[in-house]
Amino acid sequence: MINKILSTKNLSLKITITLFVVSFLICSLIYPGFFSWQNFFNLFIDNSFLLITAIGMTFVILTGGIDLSVGSVIAFVSMVIAFLLQQGLNAFIVIPLGVMIGGCFGAIMGLIIQKFKVQPFIVTLAGMFLIRGLSFLISVESISIKDPIFNRIANYHIPIAGGAISVNVVLSLVVLALGMYLAHFTKFGRTVYAIGGDEESAQLMGLKVGRTKVLVYTLNGLCSGLAGVAFSLYMLSGYGLHAEGLEMDSIASVVIGGTLLTGGSGFVFGTLFGVLIQGLIQTVIMFQGTLSSWWTKIFVGILLFVFIVLQKVISNMKTTKNEFNN
Amino acid sequence: MAAAEPIIKMAKIEKSFPGVKALQQVDFELAAGEIHGLMGENGAGKSTLIKVLTGVYKADSGQIFLDGRPIRIKSPEHAQKIGISTVYQEVNLCPNLSVAENIFIGREPIKNGRIDWKKIKNEAETVLDKFDLKIDVDRKLSFYSVAVQQMVAIARALIISAKVIILDEPTASLDTDETNKLFEVMRQLKSEGIAIIYITHFLNNVYEITDRITILRNGELIDTCLTESLPRIELISKMIGKDLEQIKEMENYSKNIGENNKVLLKAEGLASKGNIEAFDLELKEGEVLGLAGLLGAGRTEMVELLFGLNKADQGRIIIDGKEVKLNSPKDAVDYKIALCPENRKEAGLIGNLSVRENIILALQVTRGWFRKLSQARQLEIAQKYIDLINIKTPDTEQLVKNLSGGNQQKVVLARWLAINPDLLILDEPTKGIDIGTKADIQKLVLELASGEGMSVVFISSEIEEVTRISQRVVVLCDRAKIAELTGSEINQKEIMYRIAGGEA
Ligand SMILES: Nc1ncnc2c1ncn2[C@@H]1O[C@H](COP(=O)(O)OP(=O)(O)OP(=O)(O)O)[C@@H](O)[C@H]1O
Ligand SMILES: [Mg+2]
Repeated sequence: MINKILSTKNLSLKITITLFVVSFLICSLIYPGFFSWQNFFNLFIDNSFLLITAIGMTFVILTGGIDLSVGSVIAFVSMVIAFLLQQGLNAFIVIPLGVMIGGCFGAIMGLIIQKFKVQPFIVTLAGMFLIRGLSFLISVESISIKDPIFNRIANYHIPIAGGAISVNVVLSLVVLALGMYLAHFTKFGRTVYAIGGDEESAQLMGLKVGRTKVLVYTLNGLCSGLAGVAFSLYMLSGYGLHAEGLEMDSIASVVIGGTLLTGGSGFVFGTLFGVLIQGLIQTVIMFQGTLSSWWTKIFVGILLFVFIVLQKVISNMKTTKNEFNN
Repeated sequence: MAAAEPIIKMAKIEKSFPGVKALQQVDFELAAGEIHGLMGENGAGKSTLIKVLTGVYKADSGQIFLDGRPIRIKSPEHAQKIGISTVYQEVNLCPNLSVAENIFIGREPIKNGRIDWKKIKNEAETVLDKFDLKIDVDRKLSFYSVAVQQMVAIARALIISAKVIILDEPTASLDTDETNKLFEVMRQLKSEGIAIIYITHFLNNVYEITDRITILRNGELIDTCLTESLPRIELISKMIGKDLEQIKEMENYSKNIGENNKVLLKAEGLASKGNIEAFDLELKEGEVLGLAGLLGAGRTEMVELLFGLNKADQGRIIIDGKEVKLNSPKDAVDYKIALCPENRKEAGLIGNLSVRENIILALQVTRGWFRKLSQARQLEIAQKYIDLINIKTPDTEQLVKNLSGGNQQKVVLARWLAINPDLLILDEPTKGIDIGTKADIQKLVLELASGEGMSVVFISSEIEEVTRISQRVVVLCDRAKIAELTGSEINQKEIMYRIAGGEA
């Protein structure tokens, strides 16, 4: 058992989880009132949209790609939702529409990346500018959401363990479960890993590389569309400047969660902890009271450095010698 | 044999790459239940023919028939779907996935809407059992040696219930035992009516296993013959287009080196725990030292210590009479030691750089990046080695990834020759290289040794090759040096006997 825990298999995932648990406990000791279920739930409530989009991002990064457009998609979707609700459309039409917009946008970028063999970095960078710009075509002002149904959903609380969680949390956990299932138990998911390992080999092994890559960006689009919905529920407004830089938080969550930026290795489950650790840092800084919120960025930056170096060390550990080498 | 309708017929296939006509008007037929050898020199077009057949490349013209019906094969995936299963020349698997998954990916068994991992594991173990390969199938593929990876690739090809199985140089990194296992499995598949295309440079293998042989040369079809009615000499002359004088001539090469040649490098009690047990070694100037032993015997581990790739935890190395520490390859290169490693994919051959850039790379590194070689000098060096070891490329600027497998191997060799080392370590340098060039490389090694006084350590799984060029042979077994042979002791029988564990 001990050996199993200490083995290098999934080591960076284990480290991430340990880091989270230990820091949470330490903070509980330092700050009175920190340790409560509600405070723990708040991590989920305040970061559910990040978790949703980071799960999509995990798939993209597992293939060795990247998607910089997610923050913009979230802003655009929040804008469309707020605008259409303002026009009196039914929330149950607007919500799926928001998700679909993200999906379509992802699919288009995926097709461009695949068909024209363009770097995902470039395509999604263009997408990032384009779609954030589009949000301002709808309105340059923030539009607040007054729709009663939408507000009911946003304010609905599900009581649990003496505290309460929002609909968003349930949404994000469902996405997490689906993501884990997709990644580890479906052909699609395994092809994603194979592509990240060696795309050319995957092709020669007869895997559906092209289709899978397009699907991965579509999936990520759907996730960011849904994150847009969650974000609108959280903020109750649509605004072109919403979720600025969220793509970077999302990428950071994935990396801290133990997924290699070069692709082919990582866990969807790890991404949850990448998100939680970032949330924890924010909460701590709030509790601390005197530090400015920029410290969040500083800590996340340091963590990223540490984790990237750590991953390198672990992967070096693994490649040193083995009994079957000649 | 060719009585029935062939399963596959390729007619008048043409394929050109910029500057190269890889295939010209090639016809090829494959009958059910036959093992068909595809032979030819490096760059003859064998792999290209396979890639056209399996949809990796689109032919410029020509037709393919499957069971008599014309078919257009669009992709490797499509090829698999219609029952053609292929092991390409370079191991093409995913290093980040487990062994078991590499065997099954793309056709995972599904139970209750999920991949049935347990079944994958069990079945993977069963298939590998056929090859007596008892390894942990849950481990990542990258954890294992090239030979194991090769077996895994073969296992993958075999579990697809295919009509046609294509093996492009599957035995290049396998030892005799493993090759025999493969042949057993191939014979069984053949008896089930499956057709197999088998590409290799080993003549013995071809004669042992194939029913027919098709010979390509410079992208042209030379002949298709029944194996039993094709004498070896004829096969070779068909492949290289000239007679065998050149190869014979080499047999007479003098292998005498002066008894009193200076000692270049001496290792005393060198060892690395878990990799190789303590050994002594002495290398004279102008000497070729052969390392023989089975896969996993510790040959690579031994030379890794001499090249600073691995640190010794006891013993010492003495070069030119002075004790030295080799902590990294950089140190070794400073002492003018070069190692040409076994696996060209890992050897740092950079596919997206040109032949010239790859050849001058090591030389440039030893000079430091601030003293860049002039363009003219680079060209000169590249051209020199292209001519010297006969690298088949349209020009110095061709990207290495576009060369045939054997020619890529030659580029690795050229890179290390270019730094003009005192001690050249060659780990399986002739793997995947056709016999004509193999002879050229062997000759070159002898020339470098006797002519320029270079010391060479030569690792090869082909015992015959080791005996042909070495003045001294060190035999390894189970990660330990077990014997050192000289003079008349150097013969195949003796070496085999030692490897098998016999005492003198
Ligand atoms: N993608 C490519 N681009 C350009 N040239 C290529 C490409 N692939 C192969 N060639 C050229 O086509 C010719 C045939 O190559 P091929 O790989 O079929 O040889 P081969 O018979 O398999 O040789 P080997 O025994 O070395 O594997 C070579 O001259 C090679 O340089
Ligand atoms: Mg080839």
